[in-house]
Amino acid sequence: MKDDYDVIVVGAGPGGSMTAKTAANAGLDVLLIEKRQQIGDPVRCAEGVNKKYLKEYIQPDPAWISAEVKGSKIYAPDGAMVEMSEKIAGAEVGYVLERKVFDRALARDAALAGAEVMVKTRATGLLMEDGFVKGIKAEHMDEKYNIRADIVVGADGVESKVGRWAGIDTTLKPKDICTCAQYLMTDIEIDTDFCKFYVGHKIAPLGYVWVFPKGNKMANVGIGITGNMSGEVRAKELLDDFVQKRYPGGKVIEFIVGGVPICGTIERTVANGLMLVGDAARQSDPVTGGGIFNSIWAGDIAGKVAVNAIKHSDVSAEFLQEYETKWRAGLGRDLDMSLVVKERFMRLTDDELNTLGHSLEGIDLGSVTLIGLLWALFKANKKLLWDLRSIFKGIKEIEMEASVEVNS
Amino acid sequence: MTVKVNRFKCGYCGACVSVCPPGALELIETWIEVDETCTDCGICAKICPVGALEVPK
Repeated sequence: MKDDYDVIVVGAGPGGSMTAKTAANAGLDVLLIEKRQQIGDPVRCAEGVNKKYLKEYIQPDPAWISAEVKGSKIYAPDGAMVEMSEKIAGAEVGYVLERKVFDRALARDAALAGAEVMVKTRATGLLMEDGFVKGIKAEHMDEKYNIRADIVVGADGVESKVGRWAGIDTTLKPKDICTCAQYLMTDIEIDTDFCKFYVGHKIAPLGYVWVFPKGNKMANVGIGITGNMSGEVRAKELLDDFVQKRYPGGKVIEFIVGGVPICGTIERTVANGLMLVGDAARQSDPVTGGGIFNSIWAGDIAGKVAVNAIKHSDVSAEFLQEYETKWRAGLGRDLDMSLVVKERFMRLTDDELNTLGHSLEGIDLGSVTLIGLLWALFKANKKLLWDLRSIFKGIKEIEMEASVEVNS
Repeated sequence: MTVKVNRFKCGYCGACVSVCPPGALELIETWIEVDETCTDCGICAKICPVGALEVPK
């Protein structure tokens, strides 16, 4: 470890590793630190990702693909099932990953691109000078270090402190976090072609249960509930209820927990000498909780902006605004739209969810766009349309009608 | 500054850290540390997926 770098990336998840890789590839002097001693472990994720998007950034490797799925099946409380092909099932299905291997492969790619990687190394604060972030305070093996850098990238996950240290309030309210528990189960009968989602207030208050195949007779069986519903009951207890009913003979070979930001876009993700990426920037989707691809995508942008900023010797918030502008242009609207959908769907009763499920049951949703799907849904349930009108603002009604008619 | 973490229950996911208004919590490898800025607000205890945190009354 040196005492000065162009860029320090805090956190070696997918977002951090991608930032480090992109910056190092362009010749920057990069340090990537991970507070845990093992990158990617413990996993805090259901591991679903859209394979089409992912392929644009990483060459698929069977070593980190646990399963490939065709789409999603969503179950209403009474069992009504809505099937969605991967094209419209949000950005969360296609591959079910083995994150332990995947995360490590991304960190390896960053290392091979020239980044220095340090594990068991934790940022404990920022070095600040004249209102600029100038590096980090770090701890490694019970020793303290000050490490300087022109740019610090906070990719330190849901529990991010880097943003807070730089004056960006990333604190989540209970309603802004999805509190999750998941078992890796085996010896269970599962549909290996589909990711399944179960909604309903009894099953998962303001959240859902997921069953993501991980290969033959194996699946990630997990639950996420909105933080304000947690307390009297907990994610783990609800998961145990579900598992007991659905997979009574199943065997649990791993247990993980986690929190996922579902708050939508935050006020800002840059400061002088600083950028935030991934869960630290609250870039995960408020409806699905998915964030793997978003983090990788945003990390690549952050890496490129870092390169540009160093080239121009300008790491001010004004210059780094390029990152903020680009990620908001590509993802901000999706996140905000998701937030509106989330908040409306949270108010639906189980009966209303059943009605919605039945209104779509049996319709071939093969290649409808998400907007088209929502439109079909709201044509059948007009009350929803008014509440979600902001989503449709600017989208021509005819386009949506056409996309539904062609495929239904 | 009295929130108690049951290390035998904690799954060290860091969810509690993200909701702590004063930033009093920190996830260090496999355990949670609480500093003196804790106000006993109890939000961390509420959202914990396994119920590993407790604010004594």
